[in-house]
Parts: sequence; structure tokens; C-alpha cells
Amino acid sequence: MQKLSRKKNKQSSALRKNMPMYFMLAPFTVFFVLFTIIPILSSIALSFTSYDLLNTPSFVGLDNFKRMFLGDEVFGIVVKNTFVFAVIAGPIGFLLSFVLAWFVNEFSPKVRALLSFMFYAPSLVGNAYFIWKVLFSGDSYGYLNSMLLSLGVITEPILWLKTPEYIMPILIIVQLWQSMGVSFLANISGLQNISGDLYEAGTIDGVRNRWQELRYITLPCMSHMLLFSAVMQIQSAFSVSVIAIELAGFPSTQYAADTIVTHMTDTATVRFEYGYASAITLVLFLMMFATRLIVGKIMSMAGK
Amino acid sequence: MKKLPVLKRLSNRKGSYSKRFRRSKAGNFFYFVFLILLGLFSVLPLIYAVLTSFKPLEELLVFPPRFFVMRPTVMNYTALPDLLSDLTIPFSRYVFNSIFVSVATTAFYIIISAMAAFVLAKGKWKGKNVYFWVVQFALMFNGTTLGIPCYLIYAKLHMIDTYWMYILPQLATTMGVFLMKQYIEGSVPDALLEAAKIDGAGYWRIFWHIVMPVVKPAWLTLMLFGFRDAWSNVPTTTILSEKLKTLPMITSQIVAGGTARAGNAAAITVIMMIPPILVYLISQSNVVEAMTSAGIKE
Repeated sequence: MQKLSRKKNKQSSALRKNMPMYFMLAPFTVFFVLFTIIPILSSIALSFTSYDLLNTPSFVGLDNFKRMFLGDEVFGIVVKNTFVFAVIAGPIGFLLSFVLAWFVNEFSPKVRALLSFMFYAPSLVGNAYFIWKVLFSGDSYGYLNSMLLSLGVITEPILWLKTPEYIMPILIIVQLWQSMGVSFLANISGLQNISGDLYEAGTIDGVRNRWQELRYITLPCMSHMLLFSAVMQIQSAFSVSVIAIELAGFPSTQYAADTIVTHMTDTATVRFEYGYASAITLVLFLMMFATRLIVGKIMSMAGK
Repeated sequence: MKKLPVLKRLSNRKGSYSKRFRRSKAGNFFYFVFLILLGLFSVLPLIYAVLTSFKPLEELLVFPPRFFVMRPTVMNYTALPDLLSDLTIPFSRYVFNSIFVSVATTAFYIIISAMAAFVLAKGKWKGKNVYFWVVQFALMFNGTTLGIPCYLIYAKLHMIDTYWMYILPQLATTMGVFLMKQYIEGSVPDALLEAAKIDGAGYWRIFWHIVMPVVKPAWLTLMLFGFRDAWSNVPTTTILSEKLKTLPMITSQIVAGGTARAGNAAAITVIMMIPPILVYLISQSNVVEAMTSAGIKE
């Protein structure tokens, strides 16, 4: 009995000691639960229902998921597109944002500021993808077409954004271009905080060249930021939609540029099948989550 | 307030960079050319928007299309006040709204994210890992389908058509916590916190006087992202009264004017880019300053 009350005392003193900690976590937690967790949970619940926004949702069990994998032809196409997209754009974006940050960081502050600005610029201008529309425009007004025409490379304009073979590569380039800013700047800020002492200690411990420096000092110090940029890349590569819709139209020719998110948006906002759209959201999340686990495994293996 | 002894040690943390391996001059030049070319590709749309904003109407419709402007004009800019004159409420109100909500959102966003990140990175408590996984889950769970439950919650809390609508939802964004947590874990050594504790500092002082200065590059970077998102935020379904609308909401009405207003649209795009660019300049010059001043102290 005595022992128990002592334990209780200890607990409450630990709680008192940690009070400021909980206070610091509280504001974020309140907003996070209200505006993120509750909506997510309701979306998950809706994925087991049929819901058209007008009538109350009715429980349909796993029907939405059966339909997705067995009855929905478009779903197979959009999953394939999303995977092609994520497998190419994700890793390239991840590597490029680190390599560029690493290159840029070793210049003098002024040059670094100039270059950083250039790579961050695309994310500054929210709707700047309109230039890609002009560039790849299918008529002879498009910059690319008019240039190729005047050079005599082609004799008639190419419908860049309407030809399935061209759509994907173009979208990948535009996506890389647009999603670079966040990871790039996160990496830059990470590189700037690596203590100079570490590099000095490295030379004493036998680091001989820049590659060894990268391998034994820079990369280990950056592991936290690299995980961040990996997760951001997974997130943006799997959920590409605005660019696809803006550039390739919706639905795109032969669904060549449709992704899981465009399909989900279409299901929810055009066809008002909210239950089904929620189920698609859940499946997309599970895909991203699985990818996140695999990437985490790969990164911790590479770390060793 | 007396200065914590540990802060002095902190300022010595960043050593000189002289011992580092450097690229050769030629290598440096090669990298520079390569990066500038890539950078030009990256910054192309921005240049295009600026050039377009100075094009007279006939150049906007010229065939074959030209990238560069032949006879620049400021017409697209000077016509803006006219286009904006038939508003029901003064234009300055939109400017105020935009600046107010963007600055407030960004400030709260940084502080709230940093506090939570500190506890997640350095606190010792049960459920820490679970909490962090939930944050990562939430980051990956996005869909149009969240819109309806969110709207219902906003309505329940009487947030619809108030300034809160701009500020509060962004505070629930998980990216900030994730970024700050990773950064604090990577760059604030436990020994530093222990030393501060021995010096008698509590959680709050450790947070404000040690963690925040050390992770300055991270929150300055977060400031960029936060401001950019808040500045371009357009909650069309939840902000209805005219006097609460922000610049992007009003300018999109002008842009909707079609080809005849393509020049004006470009001019607006350029003007709207200025505040985020200013924030970028402030943020990045401070990052550099933090670095050099730490070096001087040594």
C-alpha cells in the first residue's frame, strides 16, 4: 500500500515536472486533432459507406474496395500512372534536391543566395505552370512547336499535351521543377548547421577528400533532413493532380495523365460519390505509407 | 535576464570552415555554369511573367509568339487602379487583410510548430513515437474527401466567415512540426540541453534561449513556406463577406477577364510575387547573418 502511494507520488511529480512540456505540445495538438485527425477519421469511416452528400451515408461494408479493384477500369490505369510517376519523380526529386543543395552550399554567400533563389522561385509563384502550357501548347502558337517549326525539325505542330507518349515525361519535368523548392531549402538550412568542428575532426580522423567528407560527415549529419525531404517527395509524387489537370486537361487523352488523386477528385466533386472517393483516399494513403516504410528501411540500411 | 553560461559555449559551436576540402577554382566555375543553366530553367516562368507584364496587347497576340518584349509598356500596371476602382469597399482593406492574416498565420505557425517539435524531439515521455508517426500519417493523408468533415467542424466552431478561417487551419499543418522536429534532432545535441539544465534553465528558457537560436535556419525557412502558403491561400467556400477577402481572391476576379486582360493578369501576378520574395530575402539574409556572426564571435 505504502509502495503504491509512493509510486503515485512519483508519477504526479513527474507529471508536474513535465507540465511545461505538455503545455508546449498542447496548442498544436488541439488544432491537429480538430482540423486534421477528426476529418481523417471521418473520411476513413465514410470509405465503408455509400454517400452522395444529400442522403445520410449508408453502410456498405467493403463494397467500395471491391468496386475499386474489380469493377473500376480507370482505377487500374490511374494506379499505374501514379506509380510510374512516383517511382521516377520521387527518387529524382529527392536526389536532385540534395545534390543541388550540396553544390550550392559551398559557394560564397552571395552566389549561394542567388542560386537558392533561382531554385526556390518555382514554388514562389503558385500558378506559374501556365508558362508550361504556353511552352507545350499544341497549336503553332506554342513556343516549342513554333521553335521546332521554324527550325524545320517538324512540319506540323505536335499536340504535346494530348499525345499519351509525351504527357508523362512533360508532367514529370514540371512536377520536379515545382516540388523542388521545399526539399531544396530544407536541405540548405540543414547543411548550414553542420558544425565546422566536425569537419575539422574529420580531417584528423583521416578524411582525405570531398567524397569521404560527404560520405562520413555530411550525409550522417543530414540524415534527419534527408528523411524529411524523402517523406515530402513521397507525399508530393503520389498526390500530383493540379499540374496534371492544368496541363493535360481532365480527363486526359486515354487517361494518360490521370492519377489517383485526379480520379478521386473527379469521383468526389463531379460524380458526388463521396463514399467511394473516401475509399480511394484510404487506399492511396496505404500506398504512401507502405512506400514510407520501405524508404525508411532503405535509408537506415544505407546509414549503416 | 542573466545570460546562460551555456550560450557562450553555443556561440563557439560553429567552427571555422578553413579546414574543409574545397573545390578547385576550375571545378567551382564548372559547377557555377552548370547550376546557373539549371537555375535559369527553373526561374524561366518568373522571367516570363515579368516580361509578359510589360508587353502591349498586340505583342501578347503576335504570331509566332515571342518570349522577349519588343516595345515594353507599363500600361498593364497603370490600368490596374482603374480595374480596381469599381470595388464596393476600398482596395486598402484587401491589402490590410492580406498582410494581417499572412503575418499572423506565419508567426503562430512557427511558434506552435517549433514548440511541439521541441517536445517531440527532446522530451522524454511515453507515446512520443506514436505521436510522431501519427503526424507523418496525417502528412500523407490528403484528399478532397477531407473537405466536407473540415467544413462541418469550421461551421460548428463558428469559424466560417471570420479571420480565424485563414489562420487556424494552417496551424494544423503537419509539415512545420515535421521539419522542425527533424532539424532539432539533427542539430541540438542533448549535452547542450543537459548543460543548460545544470545552469538552472527550465523548459521555456531552454526553448527560447537555446533551441530557437540554434535552429534559426530551420524556422527562417519555415517562415518562407508559411508565409507563401498564407499569402496565396484562397478559402473561397468559407470566406463570403467582401470585407474579409484578401488580395488573391480579388485579383482572381480580374484575371478571369480572358485574353484582353492577359497583360493585366501578368502584372498582378508580378505584384503578388513581391511580398513572398521580400520574405525570402529577409529570411535568407538572416540565415547568412546568423552564420557569419557566429564565426566572428570565435
